[in-house]
Amino acid sequence: MLIRKPSDIPSSEITSETSYKDFLSRRRFLRTAISGAAAAGAAIAGTDRLAEVLSPGTTVLADATKLQTVKSPLSTTGEQLTSFEDITHYNNYYEFGVQKTDPAKNAGVLPTRPWTVKVEGQVKQPKTFDIDALLKLRPLEDRIYRHRCVEAWSMVIPWIGYSLSEFIKQCDPLPSAKYIQFLSYYDKKVEKWTNESSIFWPYSEGLRMDEAMHPLTLLTFGLYGQVLPNQDGAPIRIVVPWKYGFKSAKSIVAVRFVEKMPETTWYQQNPGEYGFYSNVNPNHDHPRWSQKSERRIGLPFYAQRRTTLMFNGYADQVASLYNGMNLDKYY
Amino acid sequence: MPRKTLITLKTLTWIACLGPFAQLVYQAVTNTLGPDPTSTIALTTGYNTLLMLILSLAVTPLRLLSPRLSWLIKFRRLLGLFAFFYATIHLGTYLILYLNFDWGVFKTDITKRRFIIAGFAAYTLLVPLAATSTTWAIRKLGGKTWNRLHKLVYISAICGIIHYWWQVKPGVLSPMNLTISLTVLLLARPVLIYSQKRRAQRPAAA
Repeated sequence: MLIRKPSDIPSSEITSETSYKDFLSRRRFLRTAISGAAAAGAAIAGTDRLAEVLSPGTTVLADATKLQTVKSPLSTTGEQLTSFEDITHYNNYYEFGVQKTDPAKNAGVLPTRPWTVKVEGQVKQPKTFDIDALLKLRPLEDRIYRHRCVEAWSMVIPWIGYSLSEFIKQCDPLPSAKYIQFLSYYDKKVEKWTNESSIFWPYSEGLRMDEAMHPLTLLTFGLYGQVLPNQDGAPIRIVVPWKYGFKSAKSIVAVRFVEKMPETTWYQQNPGEYGFYSNVNPNHDHPRWSQKSERRIGLPFYAQRRTTLMFNGYADQVASLYNGMNLDKYY
Repeated sequence: MPRKTLITLKTLTWIACLGPFAQLVYQAVTNTLGPDPTSTIALTTGYNTLLMLILSLAVTPLRLLSPRLSWLIKFRRLLGLFAFFYATIHLGTYLILYLNFDWGVFKTDITKRRFIIAGFAAYTLLVPLAATSTTWAIRKLGGKTWNRLHKLVYISAICGIIHYWWQVKPGVLSPMNLTISLTVLLLARPVLIYSQKRRAQRPAAA
């Protein structure tokens, strides 16, 4: 019988740092090789000799995508990483199409430079940050997080970034700021796929201030040692690992500090299905499916199913944010 | 139609209908079902159920269109049974890969989740149709009764389409093509029957 409950990951399956680095260098070599081959108009790829024929420009390109990082105690351990291939080819990014495979095909048109992030609302003074300044604001940390989609699938992703709180401190919010709203890039001329769904654009998400200030909430610039691929929300996004994935807004162009709970995209679309909080909660089912378990991406069909953990396994760190709250009511 | 042509066409239909299944098996063996194999299996089998059900429902309107297409009737049972075949794998995927035989979750699903209810209704309605698909059953029931019973296929197809709409995220329009196809086929019947009646009446009126 092939069907069995997947057990906890044995230590033998955890990617060691050396093989992870090997993987990264192979990945980078492949990327270099592929772009080099494309630049040279050559249809061959994958041989060692190819590296020698690459144009110098390609090397610069490959280096520019690399990010220097430091370790973080907030990184999740004991999980097998989802492959770079799956993280970049199984995406929900409706601005680039509603199918999971669409963003990888279409997001290339997203112009990630120049890029600025506007800070507005309840702040001492509105500001605009340049992406390159934000990249240098704090040391970039490796943060492996579990990622649980409201659609009941999950991944383990090695993100790169620093706590959003570090950025918020630079924004000088006023005491009246109770919530923070993120607005994603939206240009109908660039994102020609927005009419595939009946969503109101731009994509909007939000957090309560204490959630936004929590050290686990990550201002994210990269994954797997390199800058974010466009389909994963380049050049800057939020990652809130204890909430369903749609709470983690991609390609952010504006941050608003507001007094009242902001209008967020999926909440507007269907408040009964997508609450403002949307904390991962196996005890509160989505109206259309159970949230008790999830499918881990990248495993064979008979090994995908696993139990969903409260707050996606981050209860020790974040449960206190919701003390005394009825999480079945405020889902 | 010559017997040889019929056999060739039937063989081709078998191959075409088994195509998606063969591909799934091949992908499962080579581990190329994509990042989310469970949902690939569920979506492929669900989509092909509806596609084959709709193709089987296209037979009658096409025959009404022209008497030269009357041979199409020989393919209707095949398409219907393949629809049932994919529906059965679809249901199995849900019970095994999604629920892991957790009957507690099933109980909640079947009482609370409208898309599961619609899907389960669509499948349940197909069961008596598949069971009475043999020539022996048609003879036993009598043509009239059999025909009346098999009208259930319309309700099943409609339930299946509703199941699809209720399954996708609100705002996602992927079930649209199948919905339009089914609507056209359902509307074509009364229209074609009406125009055929008028055609039949015309000589009498002259």
